[in-house]
Amino acid sequence: MKTTEVLEVPRIKEPTPLQETWYHLKKNTGAMIGLGIISIFILMAIFAPLISPRDPLAQEVSERMTPLMTNGYILGSDDLGRDMLSRLIYGARISMTIGVVSVGISLFFGIIIGVTSAFYGGVFDKIVMRLIDIMLAFPYILLTIVIVSILGPSLTNAMVAIGISQVPRYARVVRASVLAEKENDYVLAEKALGASNFELMFLTILPNCLSPTIVQATLGIGEAILNSAGLSFLGLGAQPPTPEWGLMIASSKQFITNAWWIVTLPGIAILLAVLGFNLFGDGLRDILDPKMRN
Amino acid sequence: MIKHILKRLALLIPTLFGVITLVFFMIALAPGDPARIMLGERANAEQVAQLRVELGLDKPLIQQYGLYLSRVVRFDLGKSIASGQQVASEIAERFPATIELAWYAMIFATVFGILLGVTSAIRRNTWVDYTTMGGALVGVSMPVFWLGLVLIMIFSVWLNLLPTGGRMNIRFYFTPITNFYVIDGIILWIKEGTAKYLVSAIQHLILPTIALGTIPLAIIARTTRSSMLEVMQQDYIKTARSAGIKERRVIYRYALRNALLPVITVIGLQFGLLLSGAILTETVFSWPGIGRWLYIAIGARDYPAVQGGIIFVSAFFVLINLAVDILYSVVNPKIRLQ
Repeated sequence: MKTTEVLEVPRIKEPTPLQETWYHLKKNTGAMIGLGIISIFILMAIFAPLISPRDPLAQEVSERMTPLMTNGYILGSDDLGRDMLSRLIYGARISMTIGVVSVGISLFFGIIIGVTSAFYGGVFDKIVMRLIDIMLAFPYILLTIVIVSILGPSLTNAMVAIGISQVPRYARVVRASVLAEKENDYVLAEKALGASNFELMFLTILPNCLSPTIVQATLGIGEAILNSAGLSFLGLGAQPPTPEWGLMIASSKQFITNAWWIVTLPGIAILLAVLGFNLFGDGLRDILDPKMRN
Repeated sequence: MIKHILKRLALLIPTLFGVITLVFFMIALAPGDPARIMLGERANAEQVAQLRVELGLDKPLIQQYGLYLSRVVRFDLGKSIASGQQVASEIAERFPATIELAWYAMIFATVFGILLGVTSAIRRNTWVDYTTMGGALVGVSMPVFWLGLVLIMIFSVWLNLLPTGGRMNIRFYFTPITNFYVIDGIILWIKEGTAKYLVSAIQHLILPTIALGTIPLAIIARTTRSSMLEVMQQDYIKTARSAGIKERRVIYRYALRNALLPVITVIGLQFGLLLSGAILTETVFSWPGIGRWLYIAIGARDYPAVQGGIIFVSAFFVLINLAVDILYSVVNPKIRLQ
């Protein structure tokens, strides 16, 4: 009698897209530096109450404008005698929130508009694209300023304004990739199996269109941080005494003659945070865009 | 090519129309009564009602829109609440200051951006390339207003080399001729034989130019580099090299000319964005241009001024983009010869 032997074929595990991205990302020095910077800021934001040496709002009038490394003020104190280091740490909390929330708003509406517009096409698509062109005809900073001046100056409104004014960009990116993707056979197959339009749009097509959107969102967080700082500087964003970096620069600009650190340090904080997202976003783009990878 | 240009021109009118409509309704539908906001809490109901009639706010919204549209077409942007002057003439008065600053910032950004981009591309993957591109990345990550303040701190406060703001030494009792102060300085130099106005105008321009020009400089450098790298891999570059043409000539005559095509688009787009970025720079340097004026108008809730200012800047942005697009189709043989 013959015995049949079952041959064990060693199966090679295919890496998931996430593993593959990580594999390439690890070799990209810039992206890893960016990720490092972002992680530090996120940790600072989460553990702000634990790591900041003092209360960021407590004023010590007798210790106004204390220089760096003096009287226990590692990064000095500001014009009202508040600890700069603690304010910068709490500032990370605000800036990270602004970045994530405003990009979240842009993503939410951008994805819905982009996907439906590309999926249904026709007159609907034409009208939507026309409207988006008009919104893009505005210089972006101006659009946020108009929205905030209408809604009234506050941190929340600044986030909403930055989020809304970026919707057209995301809608365009998403639309372009959905247009390229929707003609594929797997979409037709899903349709033949009775998938609804909603399922086709958001469960079948969208997951295959995310790469360019992720890149855009990463770079967008940096840009949102930069722009909210600008709005706060103009008095249209965070209001005193919030330890927002842009506002810290604005409210101390008259002290540049005698206390350089009050103006300089929050700017460096903004610069580093934005740089982190730009480095990481650039790295991601190189990896997720196959044209650039080879 | 002519077809392409005509098509773009035809799109201009609906886009401008859309911009005006959007601005009008955004401001009109804003919560709160503009008349009440302008007059403050102390004004009585009668005064508010009177201002509402003056501003035409008592009419139905669609009629207000029609009236506004018919006035904007005739370049009538209404009267500023704060000054009582025509918004259009207020803009005309301040626009030269903004254009002058944006112009020099753009020259600064273009010259150094292309230079650094080309150098970086030629010395790819050397320390020169890494430093330049690292610097460019820092440049795009920096808040403009902060850079302005740091420049003031270093060059005005510490080194006492350059003025902290304004356009001209206020002790000169200077009456502008063209409102472009560098040109005015040259005219006065010829007429009165003193270069002090020109020198002062240039001194006042240096720091704001650097502050405003840094971001576009960084973006132009990055675009030039990647565009150069792409072009340098083309076959015709290899052919030119193998034909024994000098490397300098290959780079500047053959590669750069083609690499500059995408750069032109970026330069145009950045120039348009400069006008809105000028709000921050002008505020920092007390530069009496459109940006600072708009910032003050927003703070004062001067709605006709805000409306008019935004329509003007957006229209200018649209026109610049159109000009860039046409220029691009003229220089790009792929479109020109279609």
